[in-house]
Amino acid sequence: MSDIGMLNTVKAAEDPVRRVLDGPRGARPKRTFSRTNIFLYGTLIVVALYYLLPLYVMLVTSVKGMPEIRAGNVFAPPLEITFQPWVKAWAEACTGVNCEGLSRGFWNSVRILIPSVLLSISIALVSGYTLSKWKFKGSEVFFTILIVGAFIPYQVMLYPIVIILRDVGNFLGVQLFGSLTGLVLVHSVFGMPILTLLFRNYFASIPEELFKAARVDGAGFWGILFRIMLPMSLPILVVAIILQVTGIWNDFLFGVVYTRADSYPMTVQLNNIVNSVQGIKEYNVNMAATLLTGLVPLFVYFVSGKLFVRGIAAGAVKG
Amino acid sequence: MTMTADPQSRPADRTAASGGHSVEIRDLDLQFGAVKVLQKLNLDVHEGEFLVLLGSSGCGKSTLLNCIAGLLEPTDGQIFIKGRNVTWEEPSNRGIGMVFQSYALYPQMSVRGNLSFGLKNARFSRDEIERRVSRAAEILQIQPLLDRKPGALSGGQRQRVAIGRALVRDVDVFLFDEPLSNLDAKLRADLRVELKRLHSRLRNTMIYVTHDQVEAMTLADRIAIMKGGEIMQLASPDEIYNRPKNRYVADFIGSPSMNFLEGQLQGETFRKDDLSLPMVGYDWASRPQGERGAIVGIRPEHVITGELVAGAPVRAEVVADVVEPMGSDTLVWGTLGGEAFRIRMDGNARVKEGDRLPIGIDPSRASLFDSRTELRL
Ligand SMILES: Nc1ncnc2c1ncn2[C@@H]1O[C@H](COP(=O)(O)OP(=O)(O)OP(=O)(O)O)[C@@H](O)[C@H]1O
Ligand SMILES: [Mg+2]
Repeated sequence: MSDIGMLNTVKAAEDPVRRVLDGPRGARPKRTFSRTNIFLYGTLIVVALYYLLPLYVMLVTSVKGMPEIRAGNVFAPPLEITFQPWVKAWAEACTGVNCEGLSRGFWNSVRILIPSVLLSISIALVSGYTLSKWKFKGSEVFFTILIVGAFIPYQVMLYPIVIILRDVGNFLGVQLFGSLTGLVLVHSVFGMPILTLLFRNYFASIPEELFKAARVDGAGFWGILFRIMLPMSLPILVVAIILQVTGIWNDFLFGVVYTRADSYPMTVQLNNIVNSVQGIKEYNVNMAATLLTGLVPLFVYFVSGKLFVRGIAAGAVKG
Repeated sequence: MTMTADPQSRPADRTAASGGHSVEIRDLDLQFGAVKVLQKLNLDVHEGEFLVLLGSSGCGKSTLLNCIAGLLEPTDGQIFIKGRNVTWEEPSNRGIGMVFQSYALYPQMSVRGNLSFGLKNARFSRDEIERRVSRAAEILQIQPLLDRKPGALSGGQRQRVAIGRALVRDVDVFLFDEPLSNLDAKLRADLRVELKRLHSRLRNTMIYVTHDQVEAMTLADRIAIMKGGEIMQLASPDEIYNRPKNRYVADFIGSPSMNFLEGQLQGETFRKDDLSLPMVGYDWASRPQGERGAIVGIRPEHVITGELVAGAPVRAEVVADVVEPMGSDTLVWGTLGGEAFRIRMDGNARVKEGDRLPIGIDPSRASLFDSRTELRL
């Protein structure tokens, strides 16, 4: 009996046909040009081109000279590359009487951006942490009010805030309305609802027992926040930073309403350059100015794209 | 005494300070909104005792433990640890260490960081921290893991670190909330033995929450069986197993669970249909008089089978309905007096489904309950 069995197995191993008939084995072969793949990648390429085309047009236009622009087709690559439009956009373009280019607006935006981002994220971090881990009587009501705030259109609050800034400024003896400080405050307040929600949900997803363990270990409110929670919050911090940097940098409405000409942020100044009525339209300078203004958000996306997606997922799914 | 300064202090507090008790809980109430989870709960835990809180899911074990730890504020009542009223004390000032079901290790810190976090918060000197961490690491045999992050540890190693975190604090009372329930069966058995060894080495008071009876029976000096936020019985494992105070406890402890037959108690004889059980040798809680409804409880493993039946005080017959061989023993399901009846037999007992099985019952090992109050008679 056993001899026959052994004979069979030996035969099976020797017979190549038998081995193929054994069925599939190992990694499944993949076809590169399957119909699904062609359809999938085709769609992706078309969509990508659709989004990249305007960027391409802007880039090439910004390095062409005016004669070439007037003469040629917008999609044509530049015959002669010149960086003059970029220099002009940054340092020489005129808005009304002053001709300092975008540079002044850039530095205004930086001076608005940094304190606004830091302030709004710090406040939202602490409130989100409190609302998820140190609930107090009425904390849910508080949270609801905050979230409702997120759904009120900005336009409704525009003028009331003007009054608040003016009166509070007068009362305190500092200039709030028409100054960078005022704008920083406005940005911080408007960032609160969404950021608080973000942080609250993220912290809510951190297990309760971890928090309890830290309390048994003698960590208090701040100790737990800084030593336990924050080191675990990198993804959500990145999300918050990206949201705020791009949101505040791209803001136009608040900038135009709450600041004066000498402290306009970059976006407002860009608008003034592009829409300036005097002289001929310098498309190349306008394109360069627009690209310059968009560089900061672009840079932020490129640097942190991966973390951004991960953090959004973490914040959105749980809590 | 600190407690005389306590405005809620009552004369009864003084007895709380008397020696020998490590943790005392007085009339503890806890509500979540309108839901009463703990009601007028009283519990004394002796110095150096291993006390297990056992009960089904949702009966309030974790809640009670969190109250002792100071992680939940009771609605009413007092908690004493080592005679000190800690009801309003922060968790870190209560002299407790706690081990959680999910380990709850700080993921961004190394094992060493996890162990020393509490000590740093308490501002211990660096030398002292080092000394305590290496002692705990030595006791739990985690020295090689000290520089790893929790993510790089197995479940058993993580739980050891979690125990170490309580150990370094050098506390009087250890609180465990189902520390082994996330581990697989073999590891659980190993760590259970290790915990027992740890307790006999340290002699700390340990309060241990579980819903695993084997853990409870093997580890506990005393078991508190909880149901609906109340303690049903607080006694040694032996007492709980052999002399359950009521039907709930009798049913809860033991696997497979106890057989119950509902009938009449006439004098000292239990009767159901044609079954008659004279309760000779039964240890009465209170000697019965007259006739009353009663429930007799017989553990499947106390049913006498095989040759010993001939010498049993009471004999009966059960028809085997289902036979479950489990290797070490065989479980036979049948009916007696019209009610389901389980018998645990030796692993190599030859029983087939449909067999008529002669059995014997020893009333001295049975339990009797009043059928109305369900309390032990
Ligand atoms: N934060 C809360 N709010 C409302 N009810 C709660 C809260 N926490 C616990 N409960 C309720 O209190 C009761 C006891 O909960 P507890 O966590 O103490 O149970 P347990 O005995 O530990 O159960 P398990 O074995 O499942 O862990 C449960 O009915 C639960 O629903
Ligand atoms: Mg529990």
